[in-house]
Amino acid sequence: MTTTLPAYDDVVARYEPVIGLETHVELGTNTKMFCGCPTDFGGEPNTRVCPVCLGLPGSLPVANKAAIEATIRIGLALNCSIAEWCRFARKNYFYPDMPKNFQISQYDEPLCVDGYLDVEVNGETVRIGIERVHLEEDTGKTLHVGGATGRIHGATESLVDYNRAGIPLVEIVTRPIPGTAALAPEVARAYVTELRDVIRSLGVSDVRMEEGSLRCDVNTSLNRPGEEWGTRTETKNVNSLRSVERAVRSEMLRQASVLDAGGRITQETRHFHEDTGDTTPGRSKETATDYRYFPEPDLVPLAPDVAWVTELKAALPELPRLHRRRLQREWGLSDLDMQSVLNAGAVELIEATVAAGATPAAARKWWLGELSRRANEAGIELADVGATPSQVAELQGLVDAGKLNDKLARVVLEGVVAGEGSPTEIMANRNLEVVSDTGALTAAVDEAIAANPDVADKVRSGKVAAAGALVGAVMKTTRGQADAKTVRELILERLGVKG
Amino acid sequence: MAAISREEVAHLARLSRLAVTEEELDTFAGQLDVILQSVAQVGEVAAADIPPTSHSVPLTNVLREDVVVPGLTPQEALSGAPDAEEQRFRVPRILDEDVAS
Repeated sequence: MTTTLPAYDDVVARYEPVIGLETHVELGTNTKMFCGCPTDFGGEPNTRVCPVCLGLPGSLPVANKAAIEATIRIGLALNCSIAEWCRFARKNYFYPDMPKNFQISQYDEPLCVDGYLDVEVNGETVRIGIERVHLEEDTGKTLHVGGATGRIHGATESLVDYNRAGIPLVEIVTRPIPGTAALAPEVARAYVTELRDVIRSLGVSDVRMEEGSLRCDVNTSLNRPGEEWGTRTETKNVNSLRSVERAVRSEMLRQASVLDAGGRITQETRHFHEDTGDTTPGRSKETATDYRYFPEPDLVPLAPDVAWVTELKAALPELPRLHRRRLQREWGLSDLDMQSVLNAGAVELIEATVAAGATPAAARKWWLGELSRRANEAGIELADVGATPSQVAELQGLVDAGKLNDKLARVVLEGVVAGEGSPTEIMANRNLEVVSDTGALTAAVDEAIAANPDVADKVRSGKVAAAGALVGAVMKTTRGQADAKTVRELILERLGVKG
Repeated sequence: MAAISREEVAHLARLSRLAVTEEELDTFAGQLDVILQSVAQVGEVAAADIPPTSHSVPLTNVLREDVVVPGLTPQEALSGAPDAEEQRFRVPRILDEDVAS
């Protein structure tokens, strides 16, 4: 079926979106949630398993203190209240991604509740309500195989690797977010971005969407102004920040076209497709499994005491939003300049470069100029461009010391990006240092004057501007390795003219 | 009135992936009803000042440090599995169902 989708501007003129986000974050603890198996990414199948995470008879789970603390810290950073007493619950379902036939999760007693996260969209602050933050365990990975066609739909068997089963997973659920109108897709993206930055600043997860340590489900509904909120759909498989924005937008357009045609929205799970940007229906919520939650009898309740929570709160780092404001002040940037630093993903890089000794202005110049250009050309993140903050600071140090001019510094940077070593090494190996030996320079200047007697006469007669040609000649003989200003001064001096 | 209906038993059997015949449904519904009625007697003596009990031991915050403990080798892990392939557990594919979380 092909339907023409309505125009986005037209949709937001007639409908009001309500969005909501459920985000799963894999914690970067050393061990799993309820056993001592390691959690590192990758690894041969079923090499990080034990009787507990395989659900073997007689095994008993014990909660990981570091995971509990990380979840409380996330809750505190999101301005939540921390439960004085709560329990884990069994979520019962039959699917081979959990060998126990249930997942240990939290149900009606989450560890953290009622918080918020302020995000900035187009210079305005939007407060996103956080309903809950709870702790559960991740599932194993299934690989579908077999069948005559070899395709997924024809698969007859699943192969399961339980290395991931039991890794601590934090679920963060927002309250419904109404009132964002045309900005709904951008608000969704800004929220996930800010959440990622907050969690990264806490150091509790590497929050990499491409590796699945940050996963996002997006709820979307539309209603006509003045009417009740519409039926929502839940879009899964949204695996990048850009996709969060696209998924909301695409679902708004699809729902509007259904509603325009007099249809009704089915409450269902939909799957986002990275390639087309569309969503397709998955499981209908009406036939969703009844999970029969009940308190996990193998784990005693959690009761974080006030002293513990207070201690964790006191140790929270400066959160990204405040941190960015402070840096903006320290670097003396306008809102617009700061925005371009943010857009380039250069905040941490510039910060580290400044810490390594460069001035904020110089650090910003390299990261937003030459290095951003290279990252864009290569289609990679700025952080992966191949130069480190300490190398950039070292490069600038060579410029400040007069050993490199701007042009030579760019050549050295090229070498750094190519992995040729440190700026100092590259400068030495490629013989790129500015010629500062006055004797050699004077010889080059005299040579240039002798070779261009007409120009020299012009300069002597007062046409100082003509000296440019002589500077050019000297730069050519020194292969660009002289400081142009010094050369110019030297030429005027030799010709007896005041600059 | 019965504490559990025949339909509820059928629903639970489906969720538990148990193949239950029509006859068995009648039998189990009757048996489960007796069990539930017996357990319900506890509710009759529970006064308002007695909180519901989910754990029989009065403990909280039983936690372990985040330290790696050696687990099983893949051979040990798969030794009890009915079937394995490529060092993975091999199970029948369950169609049209989603993972948890």
